[in-house]
Amino acid sequence: MAADSSFKIVIVDESPIRAAILKEGLRDAGFTSVEHISEMHNLLARIYAIDPDVILIDLENPSRDVLEQMFQVSRIVRRPIAMFVDQSDATSIQDAVEAGVSAYIVDGLKKERIKPVLDLCISRFNAFAKLQDELDRTKSALEDRKILDRAKGLLMKAKGLTEEEAYVLIRSTAMREKKKIGEIAQSIVTAAELLK
Amino acid sequence: MTDTPLRIGFIPLVDASALIIAVDKGFAAAEGLDVTLVREVSWSNVRDKLNIGLFDAAHLLAPVAIASTLGLSQVKVPIVASFNLGLNGNAITVSPALHAAIMGEADGDPANPMVTAKALARVVAARRKTGAEPLTFGMTFPFSTHNYQLRFWMAAGGVDPDEDVRLVVLPPPYMVDSLANGHVDAFCVGAPWNSVAVDLGVGHILHFVSDILERAAEKVLAVREKWSLENPELLAKLTRAHGRAADFIENPANRGEVSRILGAPERIGVDPEVIQRTLDGRLKISPDGTFRESSRYLLVGREGAARPDPVQAVWLYAQMVRWGQAAYSPEALETAKSVFRPDLYDAAVGAPAEPAHNVKDGVGAFDGAPFDPNDIAAHLDAFAIKRRAL
Repeated sequence: MAADSSFKIVIVDESPIRAAILKEGLRDAGFTSVEHISEMHNLLARIYAIDPDVILIDLENPSRDVLEQMFQVSRIVRRPIAMFVDQSDATSIQDAVEAGVSAYIVDGLKKERIKPVLDLCISRFNAFAKLQDELDRTKSALEDRKILDRAKGLLMKAKGLTEEEAYVLIRSTAMREKKKIGEIAQSIVTAAELLK
Repeated sequence: MTDTPLRIGFIPLVDASALIIAVDKGFAAAEGLDVTLVREVSWSNVRDKLNIGLFDAAHLLAPVAIASTLGLSQVKVPIVASFNLGLNGNAITVSPALHAAIMGEADGDPANPMVTAKALARVVAARRKTGAEPLTFGMTFPFSTHNYQLRFWMAAGGVDPDEDVRLVVLPPPYMVDSLANGHVDAFCVGAPWNSVAVDLGVGHILHFVSDILERAAEKVLAVREKWSLENPELLAKLTRAHGRAADFIENPANRGEVSRILGAPERIGVDPEVIQRTLDGRLKISPDGTFRESSRYLLVGREGAARPDPVQAVWLYAQMVRWGQAAYSPEALETAKSVFRPDLYDAAVGAPAEPAHNVKDGVGAFDGAPFDPNDIAAHLDAFAIKRRAL
């Protein structure tokens, strides 16, 4: 893709990781003038100081409403800014909203110049969501592991079992009750705490 | 027959109560509707998700429904409202310093908004003389009753809201912190945020917005006009469920239960006691523990509050014209008016037998001549401070 360093992009995001992922992607695509705002206080003043052509913001950020003030004709506004995408491009806006990204562009910028930026953001936002999901799953797997170890320990102590036997007992109970091993382990730990 | 699934967006505020109670108390299910409530963080999100069809309906700022229909913020999607979720419910809260300054300048009863507005004008003039920064007022959205109520109030006292002070949009959850940090000197917001500021000792409630206008349409149950035409039965059922919920909320005997349901973490997520103060219209207004009671603080269903009133839609459109957000045209006025649909309400809930309130012009503003929805040009002309001449 042709480098397009001519316009300035601002990323408004409280997540430094996602902002970094976005920034890197944009830079790889040739958009070199990218700034990140993570502090929401005085947001409009910060944006006006940078004077960007495109503003990208996470949909879960309540400060989206602050950006809406840019549409208003008043003395602090230097030029009108319009929300992407225009109405003829309903699929694009739906994709963006589902990925969790919203873009505001300076009025008059051509659609074909914005499209690659938004497409890139959508794919990066989706990549970030996937990463977050994997992280959550790893965390919960780790948590399950810890609980299983505690449950095995409790059984070994209470019933004089070896670690192998304790595991087999938990697994067979889980199969019989059609539950997950983690759930059975959790019940053992909870019961032991109640009986303390 | 399986229930019809509906996705409805809302912002965690007490004026979403008819919607939340309709769902959580089973009134929607009784109509055969399987509603999933989706809690949102910004009005922009609610508007966009409604407009592109990710939501079937939404708890929406009444002026946003009109702005979206008129295409005032780029995207033009016609919206209709068959149910008014609340009248009033906001308050103006000021910092202890601004409160002291206004009280020091007040010439008369500070419960009278004209007295405080004129006092504010003197505070503003004195600050200008000393070269102090202009006062900053927080509000929730450009197309919001909060914005118009603040402007209407201060302009009556001679304060130009665009020239003499700064009006800034702030997400409601950030209001209290911003007041405590001195980033704003005052704000106009809905419940529970005024009470939170008073409880923390960082603000005084100066006015209930019902001091400024006796009746102001605050939030509506909004659907796309296209959706309403394709699903008339569903909309009638949804509207009826809201009517039952509003009746339930307005029965004082149910307030405790209602407040507990609304207080749940996945709903509004604040102390039920604070929510009940709002519903009862009995609010602590000063950190010293002074309470004030008003029968008009927030009207969910009583006094005909739930029936969309086209006069309210015209008043909101008139504010958009007054402050330069919309150009005036008779066609736009008719379009704005047609967003509020008492006919759809009557078909679903039943037409009221007699006038439900005694506010003569339907608005009850503290300043200016009675509101005439048939001649907003003359009405606006009479105001000294405005952005756009007609």
